[in-house]
Amino acid sequence: MQDCHAPSNGLASGPAQARLVALIGPPNSGKTTLFNRLTGLRQKVANYPGVTVEKHLGHVRLDGNRTVGVVDLPGAYSLAPDSGGSTSDDERVTRDVLAGRMPGMPRPDAVLLIIDATNLARNLTLAAPVLSLGLPLLVVLNMADDLRRRGGSVDTQALSVQLGCQVVLASATQGEGLEAILKFLGAGPPAPKPVSLPVLQSIPKCRQWAAGVTRCASYQPPAPPAWTRRLDRIFLHPVAGPAVFGLVVVAVFQVIFSGAAPIMDGVEAFFADSGNWVAARMPDSIWRSLLIEGVWSGTGSVVVFLPQILLLFLFIGVLEDSGYLARAALIADRTMAKAGLQGKSFIPLLSAYACAVPAIMATRTIESRRDRMATILIAPFMTCSARLPIYALIIAAFLPDRPLLGPLLGTQAAAMLGLYALGFAMAVLTAKVLRSSVLKSERGTFVMEMPPYRWPTWRGLGLRLLDRARVFLRRAGIVILPVAVVLWALAHLPLDNGKPPAIENSIAGAIGHAIEPAIAPLGFNWKIGIGLLTSLASREVIVGTLGTIYGIEAEAETVRLQEALQRDLTPGGAFGLLIFFAFAMQCMSTVAVVRRETGGWTWPVVQFAYMTTVAYAGAWAANRLF
Amino acid sequence: MSSNKRASDLSGLRAGERAVLHHIDLPSGEAQRLMELGFLPGASVEAALFAPGGDPRVYRVDGAEIALRRETARKLLVLTPAEAPCSESADAVRI
Repeated sequence: MQDCHAPSNGLASGPAQARLVALIGPPNSGKTTLFNRLTGLRQKVANYPGVTVEKHLGHVRLDGNRTVGVVDLPGAYSLAPDSGGSTSDDERVTRDVLAGRMPGMPRPDAVLLIIDATNLARNLTLAAPVLSLGLPLLVVLNMADDLRRRGGSVDTQALSVQLGCQVVLASATQGEGLEAILKFLGAGPPAPKPVSLPVLQSIPKCRQWAAGVTRCASYQPPAPPAWTRRLDRIFLHPVAGPAVFGLVVVAVFQVIFSGAAPIMDGVEAFFADSGNWVAARMPDSIWRSLLIEGVWSGTGSVVVFLPQILLLFLFIGVLEDSGYLARAALIADRTMAKAGLQGKSFIPLLSAYACAVPAIMATRTIESRRDRMATILIAPFMTCSARLPIYALIIAAFLPDRPLLGPLLGTQAAAMLGLYALGFAMAVLTAKVLRSSVLKSERGTFVMEMPPYRWPTWRGLGLRLLDRARVFLRRAGIVILPVAVVLWALAHLPLDNGKPPAIENSIAGAIGHAIEPAIAPLGFNWKIGIGLLTSLASREVIVGTLGTIYGIEAEAETVRLQEALQRDLTPGGAFGLLIFFAFAMQCMSTVAVVRRETGGWTWPVVQFAYMTTVAYAGAWAANRLF
Repeated sequence: MSSNKRASDLSGLRAGERAVLHHIDLPSGEAQRLMELGFLPGASVEAALFAPGGDPRVYRVDGAEIALRRETARKLLVLTPAEAPCSESADAVRI
């Protein structure tokens, strides 16, 4: 039983300039919304050393010219080190930063604890370990608007006395309580007064303590979220639920493909036109070639995917902020479990149909390391949009379009669908193999909190998009530039009388010839060999390379390129090429992002070797069959 | 007796039925994770909606909704309303 008397007064420490303030709170407490609200565009994302947890740092401008650094720590339900070793990287990072054990980062000078005011006792459980840190603390009771609307209330004065620190009601989405938070950030706040805390290692004890504190603060819990219950009866309905789920998936597909296409064409045209514009104003030299054909078009080959990726993340943002994403994961879980995965793998794998890079970035929501690794390792099998140009070229060249199901489905469309299905089947197979070998474990527990539905805000979505765009461009850009320059050098050196040689006489040509014996069993000649090399930058580059080799402007004269390929490739080789591109990890950006996310070279190397082997075997089989 | 047995873990609860959690029969790491989410011995858990395929299922505990797979729910042993303790033995089930 808790006594409700005010605890004895401790001495408040003198004011000191807070240089770094940590934001901490349980998942779904609106912590990141508040972080965005406070810092706006003054944010940067990095990784904590040694783990794959994103470090979100930002600056808050106070009155005058003073700024305070703010770090948004990963969501955590507790700070207790557990005995079972199942602590996620997220929780370890949160603990280490708060204890000042994180390399390259000072111990925070103060802490904002953000909790969901609509479920006070549950959320206050985290306050006990945070209070025990002894750092100046402001407890932010977020979602106060929700609390009031649903008829709940709390005595913040009494709560403040119980906790020995400041407490403020706030709403990160509405901007309520911001003044008090800014004041706390700027004022060099006092350390909390000592209060009696429970045994921190015992979750039940902490929870009991939180219940006592809540009682003393005359907390009136709000009515249950009626709308959430109503919506769940639709979204989790045995019939309507899967129907809505299917609609959402189709809508995502439709928008990231049809919706993004004109924008992507625009970006492509922009890079081509601006390249030509600059080229026309530079003397013809090897440097102009390096700049335009190497650096600029290499950059363009990555930036072109940005519109699609942003649309994808806009969708994921809406789904996640509204709360539907948790329901989608719940619906997908049963099916995903059959492949040894879980519901949270669903969205990353769906994203991989646009591009594996954002998909692998999106696996961070999966706490279980094994499930996350399995998802990362199979994501590149999904048919990403960089595969479409080569699929379209080969199918159009080698498969006459005949109706299969009347006007609904022709042979060419069926072949395209078949390639999608093939990638998917290989992903499922790989997942099964992984889960019964390297990543073997007890079937992972799927435990997921279903947050109440909420309206997403434009501000939140906009900042999220900006953040993802920056991360994508940096991850992919860091890789693509050097790769583009190296591949350009391979295709343009050695110089022949100061001019680049014809591509067959270049280093790339030599490599193409050198690997011809190795790829001949697949039905590929040295020209395809060059294409396989240059498309390591990004899969769709092979179309441009083949155009260069055959001396044909690939975009403008696709029909002539198709004819050239018909003369030069056997049907077996052509189908082999399709299969090769379906399975091979022909994408250095993906390799780089896997290295980044798995924290080492082992997994990306194994993955690259595995996918290339599968691709080789598949292409060989296809060449023999056709 | 048979109805008692049927409901002796969370997976046996009917929709809207409540039960008091008695024990989590899982390794300490997993049990701790569930406890952080509110599945504490002595807590009252209400079974809510199933996912459309019949698994996982949403449970209401400590003011939140948490989805669990059936295989996990089977490891969360409960006292049926009939055996739920009165105040006298309430402390016994609190660890």
